[in-house]
Amino acid sequence: MKLFISTFLNGLTLAALYFLVASGFTLVFGLMRNVNMAHGSLYLIGGYIAYSVVEATGMFLLGFAAAFISMAVAGVLLQTLIFRHMEGQDLRQTMVTIGLSIIFADLALWIWGGEFYQIYPPDWLFGATAFPVVVDAKSNGDPVYFTYPIVRLFILGVAIVIGVGLWLVLNRTRIGMMIRAGVDDREMLTATGINIQFVFVVVFAVGAGLAGIAGVVGSIFSSLAPGEDVRYLLASLVVVIVGGMGSITGAALGALLIGLAEQFGSVYLPTYAIAFSFLIMVAVLAFRPQGIMGAAK
Amino acid sequence: MSVTLGEAVTGAARGEKRTAWLSWLNPAYLIAGLLLLVLPALVGDFVLFSIFAWSLCLGMVALSLMFLAGYGGMVSLAQLTIAGIAGYMVAIFGTNGTGTGLGWPWWTVLPAAIAVAVAFATLIGALAVRTAGIYTIMITMAIAAAFFYFARQNYPIFNGYNGFNLVLPPKLFGVDWRQPLPFYYLTLAFATLSYAAVLYVSRSTFGLALQGIRDNARRMEAIGFNVVAHRIAANAFAGLIAAVAGIFLVWFNGGISPGSVGFGPAIDILVIAIIGGIRHPIGPFIGALIYALLSTFAMDLVDPIIGRERFKLIIGIGFLVIVLFSPDGILGLWDRLRARMAVSRDCA
Repeated sequence: MKLFISTFLNGLTLAALYFLVASGFTLVFGLMRNVNMAHGSLYLIGGYIAYSVVEATGMFLLGFAAAFISMAVAGVLLQTLIFRHMEGQDLRQTMVTIGLSIIFADLALWIWGGEFYQIYPPDWLFGATAFPVVVDAKSNGDPVYFTYPIVRLFILGVAIVIGVGLWLVLNRTRIGMMIRAGVDDREMLTATGINIQFVFVVVFAVGAGLAGIAGVVGSIFSSLAPGEDVRYLLASLVVVIVGGMGSITGAALGALLIGLAEQFGSVYLPTYAIAFSFLIMVAVLAFRPQGIMGAAK
Repeated sequence: MSVTLGEAVTGAARGEKRTAWLSWLNPAYLIAGLLLLVLPALVGDFVLFSIFAWSLCLGMVALSLMFLAGYGGMVSLAQLTIAGIAGYMVAIFGTNGTGTGLGWPWWTVLPAAIAVAVAFATLIGALAVRTAGIYTIMITMAIAAAFFYFARQNYPIFNGYNGFNLVLPPKLFGVDWRQPLPFYYLTLAFATLSYAAVLYVSRSTFGLALQGIRDNARRMEAIGFNVVAHRIAANAFAGLIAAVAGIFLVWFNGGISPGSVGFGPAIDILVIAIIGGIRHPIGPFIGALIYALLSTFAMDLVDPIIGRERFKLIIGIGFLVIVLFSPDGILGLWDRLRARMAVSRDCA
């Protein structure tokens, strides 16, 4: 029972992290048809920058701001300097992002080295909280309540706030309306006189910034090291393939499925854990190639 | 009209002689072929084995990607995974250093390994063709990464993190095939065979239909071609080449571990194919030679400037420059140079 609850909560927090990485990825893909293979690099470098900032200033929340802003700027630069000039050439853009991811990975290795970095949460997030769930009884009959690290719940909270925020922006604001229209039909949106380049830049900045924030969360959750970029790029790929490209709700759903499958798999069937997320992906591709929430094209 | 794997493969074998014969008439082929044949007399054992034999192995894997991407329009990142599966199967069915191999004789091991790898390639193809274009690259990458993590996690079959060592070619006809000279000629023979096979298939009815599908799948569907079957068959054929290359790679490295089929090496295969050029089957081999030369010697070249650890940076920047300025790779540069020379000759 205790194992089950903690596995479930671990799966949920892992899903929160996956959602943060994948939401930016799916936004960029949905609007610009740009498979950003450098998304994992943005995740890793955002995390590294946050680590350096937190180390230097000792301010935990400043790390989030630093990661978001630095990666958003990187996103703006990428979009205006490179991708703007190869619009509509999906494959070439993908190749370019692969080249960039190789370069970024090596630059990050150059600057931060191969060590593991972890951002430690401040005191107000330290420790564990008790749930009103009895999992055991002490020898004297007192109930033992289920406890869980506060910082993980904080991560879950951050993801939910960001998810709801994204949903509100996409569904309740003018720029959100433009983005949704662009996902559905880019040409028509341009024809209505909207400055689509501006929308592109905004979306790329937000997507990259989200990757940066995910990097911070990831460095609290586990740690940052070379290779983590690929891991989270793969995670966002699988999540987005399962959930449906370009859909925030799909990303949330996909993240939930993959996060839970991975945690339960690694607890109950360790050597075959990775096969679970893979099988989910295969099943989705076989029965619904466009993903659970993806629109049929 | 659908062409099955069997037809495509036997077709390739049948056409081997004719294509190879025709190719010999081209002076470029003649010179390149002669050079490759007398190469062992010109270079030392280290260069022969670690540069040329290695680039032939890598070139074959990249060739399978070139076939899919260049003729089929499907950029697959799972070709190294297929090669890796063949390599793993050789270790598992045959003998390996950990003593867990089944110890089958080589003439059962090799066909079985190839069969498993081709079956896997067909499966990947069947999955990937359900989506199109840009999705293919994402799905094959997810599959490649999934296999890497699976092989690393799984100890009962794949021996986890360590993989297998001491996977060596059989000592046939009293020759140690892992010695530089025999190994070089063996890889050269099979690389030439795969090269000719790709060239032949690209000119066969199947290959032409595949190129038609690459250019306009909907139109090909409308005139009665089975698009899905063609794409799957293309994956199977490319899988066959990748599987053969995988066996040579496992012999070359003397073993296999998850690291050698990971994301980085898979991207390297793509880099090789793109740098060389995916318009013609010679591209991947040129790319592989450049890659092998760079990865062996660039470390010494860049050492005084930015340090030898920055080899990946050089590769990344080189790849980026090629993708940004010459989408057809080195071959494209060559074509453009030739066109320019022709123009200046006309002007003169």
